[in-house]
Amino acid sequence: MNKLKIFTKGFFSENAVFVMLLGLCPTLGTTTSAINGLGMGLATTFVLVMSNIVVSLVKKQIPDKVRIPAFIVIIASFVTIVELTMQAYVPDLYDVLGLFIPLIVVNCLILGRAEAFASKNNIIDSVLDGFGMGLGFSMALTMLGAVREILGSGSVFNIKIYEGDGALVFVLAPGAFIVLGYLIALVNRLQKRKSI
Amino acid sequence: MEYILIIISAIFVNNVVLSRFLGLCPFFGVSKQVETAAGMGGAVVFVMTVATIVTYLLQKYILISFNIEYMQTITFILVIAALVQLVEIILKKVSPSLYQALGIFLPLITTNCAVLGVAIIAVQTEGYDLIKSTVFAIASAIGFALSLVIFAGLREQLELSDVPEGMKGVPIAFVTAGLLALAFMGFSGIA
Amino acid sequence: MAQRESTFVNMVVVLFLISAIAATALAFVYQATKDPIQKSKFEKKKQAIKNVVNDFDNNPIEEMFKIPVEGGDSVECYPAKKDGKIVGYAVKTFSKKGFSGLITVMVGFDPDGHIHKTAVLEHHETPGLGDKMQRNKSNFSKQFDNMDVPDIPDKDNDGIIIEVKKDNGTVDAITAATITSRAFCDAAERAYNAFKKIKK
Repeated sequence: MNKLKIFTKGFFSENAVFVMLLGLCPTLGTTTSAINGLGMGLATTFVLVMSNIVVSLVKKQIPDKVRIPAFIVIIASFVTIVELTMQAYVPDLYDVLGLFIPLIVVNCLILGRAEAFASKNNIIDSVLDGFGMGLGFSMALTMLGAVREILGSGSVFNIKIYEGDGALVFVLAPGAFIVLGYLIALVNRLQKRKSI
Repeated sequence: MEYILIIISAIFVNNVVLSRFLGLCPFFGVSKQVETAAGMGGAVVFVMTVATIVTYLLQKYILISFNIEYMQTITFILVIAALVQLVEIILKKVSPSLYQALGIFLPLITTNCAVLGVAIIAVQTEGYDLIKSTVFAIASAIGFALSLVIFAGLREQLELSDVPEGMKGVPIAFVTAGLLALAFMGFSGIA
Repeated sequence: MAQRESTFVNMVVVLFLISAIAATALAFVYQATKDPIQKSKFEKKKQAIKNVVNDFDNNPIEEMFKIPVEGGDSVECYPAKKDGKIVGYAVKTFSKKGFSGLITVMVGFDPDGHIHKTAVLEHHETPGLGDKMQRNKSNFSKQFDNMDVPDIPDKDNDGIIIEVKKDNGTVDAITAATITSRAFCDAAERAYNAFKKIKK
């Protein structure tokens, strides 16, 4: 597999949210607006890239049977680093994302990449994979956040685009499920057309 | 009265899956049949309750007294992972029939963010003592199991219905979940 | 280099080493971010106080004192001073009557007993409905600016003065969010009762 493909597969053919359905909790829980989705996506990308680097560096040293607990410790450390850093420098975003920051640790996407990619590949490929997957995840979250913000509050990235409040339901829980359902249907459709 | 409020609020109003968005991976992963959904629900009730009790004690007597609360995430997830293993081993020895029923779901629970999420919410909520946290954990888990079983029932029906080509499979499942969440919103404000 | 084998000693040593390294790294990051975190929390609180009272030059957070209120709880009171003279009090009050969970509000008082301004600090109300109690989202909270509490008649004689119109009070509730509006009034009333105790 060439380097470019390792990087770009995270955006479309193996997109974490739209295709693999990984990391759904933060996907739905934090995307009340585009900016929140983007913040969550970038925090996840950081943890993903860092844990991919470390896992691919130490993969030979970790006995096979304890590999999962070892990966979890590595991931949890980076999550805590992100948590403390955000609390210090972007406290407003930290307040909004709240519970979902410590929950990055159980995002199946990260453990999944550590297990399926970083533990089998060299460091450069692992970094590319981490960035590709992470940015693909961020893209999905930003898109979902943007759609919900437009329909639900009539703005995008806090810029008002039409008067009025929009349909509230899209900011609330049910809207999250419904919008994601339609986005996945759209992505499915586009992929099918491409393959024909 | 206070306990009843906690229970109603955790099961219906702030349902972990449909309003807090926790535990979505198993919610979509094992909800194709009512039977497996019920099995997963049972396993989660078990693990979530034990995990919340253990992490509550850990937070109160170790993390806070040694002033290392920043280690919360890492210790909680390790405790849950270890606990799941332990439950698996004990269940195998003590009740093979229960192990048969729940066994295959247990490893999946480690990465169920509802377990970690509820444990963190319980220690973060002001005024929750050990008993209230335990009640909260049991009720949240029941809420999880309830929504999972309802959703599985809906999906079984969906199999038989005529769904537009592009919406088949996952997309229609999400829309259905959305409508279910809408129904649960009707409970808001009662507790 | 070959994969390390899964012998018992290897597993224990590797897991121990990883945990030790992780703990050390976290301790360093914690030390490095401790001050900025405290500073940002401090700044946030100071900003909240600044938003609700007149200009001050002291450090109200250092002079904070607690006032007991009914129900065994207490509220925090931050005196604001300029040139050593009291120019107002910011009272960090709360209400448990919100739609979903606790609402905390900072209520500023002028020395003569008017409410100066209010600011919502924390809430879990429904976005788009209950969160209109925030200043930047609707005019609801502006009704409390310069509110002269003792002059409000207690029409229904239930001892509660700050109430929404539905309860015979004077405050226009947020459309479709009466419970949140009631909770906000409840918080303001609690702050006022605490403030009365300082004046005595």
